[in-house]
Amino acid sequence: MGNASSMLTQYDIEEVQEHCHKLFSQQEIVSLYQRFCQLDRNAKGFISADEFLSVPEFAMNPLSQRLLKMVDGLNFKDFVAFLSAFSSKATTEQKIALIFKVYDSDGNGKVSFNDILNVLRNLSGSFMSDEQREQVLTQVLKEAGYTKECYLLLDDFIKVFGNSGLKMEVEVPVD
Amino acid sequence: MSDPGKLNTSSSELDLDRPNIEDYLPSGASIHEPHGQLRLRDLLDISPTLTEAAGAIIDDSFTRCFKSNPPEPWNWNVYLFPLWCCGVVVRYGILFPVRVIVLTIGWIIFLSAYIPVHVLLKGHDKLRKKIERYLVELICSFFVASWTGVVKYHGPRPSMRPKQVFVSNHTSMIDFIVLEQMTPFAVIMQKHPGWVGLLQSTILDSLGCIWFNRSEAKDRETVAKKLRDHVQGSDNNPLLIFPEGTCVNNHYTVMFKKGAFELGCTVCPIAVKYNKIFVDAFWNSRKQSFTMHLLQLMTSWAVVCDVWYLEPQTLKHGETAIEFAERVRDIISVRAGLKKVPWDGYLKYSRPSPKHRELKQQSFAETILRRLEER
Repeated sequence: MGNASSMLTQYDIEEVQEHCHKLFSQQEIVSLYQRFCQLDRNAKGFISADEFLSVPEFAMNPLSQRLLKMVDGLNFKDFVAFLSAFSSKATTEQKIALIFKVYDSDGNGKVSFNDILNVLRNLSGSFMSDEQREQVLTQVLKEAGYTKECYLLLDDFIKVFGNSGLKMEVEVPVD
Repeated sequence: MSDPGKLNTSSSELDLDRPNIEDYLPSGASIHEPHGQLRLRDLLDISPTLTEAAGAIIDDSFTRCFKSNPPEPWNWNVYLFPLWCCGVVVRYGILFPVRVIVLTIGWIIFLSAYIPVHVLLKGHDKLRKKIERYLVELICSFFVASWTGVVKYHGPRPSMRPKQVFVSNHTSMIDFIVLEQMTPFAVIMQKHPGWVGLLQSTILDSLGCIWFNRSEAKDRETVAKKLRDHVQGSDNNPLLIFPEGTCVNNHYTVMFKKGAFELGCTVCPIAVKYNKIFVDAFWNSRKQSFTMHLLQLMTSWAVVCDVWYLEPQTLKHGETAIEFAERVRDIISVRAGLKKVPWDGYLKYSRPSPKHRELKQQSFAETILRRLEER
């Protein structure tokens, strides 16, 4: 698909749909493309960090820097794949997989005590001290049967989240 | 006007201009259940925050305000396409040259009258100002004619009284021209570069217009003072302010800055609504320069708009300036059929202040600590 074209062919749409495991309908992909072109101001084929941050609601989000690392410079296909975890058709496992990726910033498939601590730091800012954060985390980890030195894998995450429904859905507005 | 590559975080000063955004935004699910024993799952579950972020990426009410929707192409079949081609020929080949000629004639008349008056009548200020006002009204009429502007004015014509300001919603710099052709307003505007800036510093200066510079932080105080001085003077032209601070696409209004509403004056709202069937008058300053914008208008069929002069409002007892601003924004939005969004227009030029993120962090931290104590 051309970087500068603002028209998607049927072939392009199907290719993107395959890439995101059919989690978005074709209409939703067209809407997402309009949005992508709107954010990508000079039609480079990807959205830069600055352009993401020009959406005030996104810039205000405590996890914006972490998410930026994951979405910065993605082309449209990968952009849709990233957002597919938020589709209503996504399974709980797919959603948990995204959450895992947010924690696992170095991408080695393991989430350490420090990884979780870093996310907690993003979420609580200066309103909790490092000691308080460590204390809370050690406590809940112990009760769940893990120690400070443990590495959590994706399976551990799936186990921890259990069967309780995970609500992580965003509706794509379709004209 | 090109967008700077890197935007700075807005100073918290700008926050004083509006109430909490959090009160207006759809609140996502609270970060955590407010009560109950804290478990590992609760700590690891960042889904509400992620959902808010993804929601913002997919669609957000701020970017919507500055979207210029391209009109539906109606010339898609064999019969309509030749018609459209004829239209293009007429617009570019006939209308455009005629309009350019009209505009040039207008400028010649204007300059040949303005320059002598400005220079020769230096001593007779009152007379000079009167003639200059009339001449500016004249050149604005020529401008409006050069886009075949069809403007319908509703409501009583504004009168020149001291201690009153006019506020209006803002779609393009032509708002000023459309309003100016009826009444000689003094406007407060961003100083522009190029030929527009030249016009600003020469002709518009004589009207008593005030200039500001968005990028200068200290600018606000000097401008506030200039505003106050202007409204005190009884001989000055009535002041026209666009409290949104930036051009919006005529479907939405962004938050009004409170500066115009704390001058201790009567505020007369004006609502301006353009009819998109003829041309989209929204000036997207990121996408085109003002010159290109004018050329686009001059090669369209017409600029059709409605202007409503609404009932003057005063600060109610016990109302803050921000509440007053919101009330007037409501009046204007209802009249012109615009939707209100809770964003500060200046977020186009700077990042939101860290205060908003801190509020979320504070709420999260408090929930965690409280639940910890409940064990």
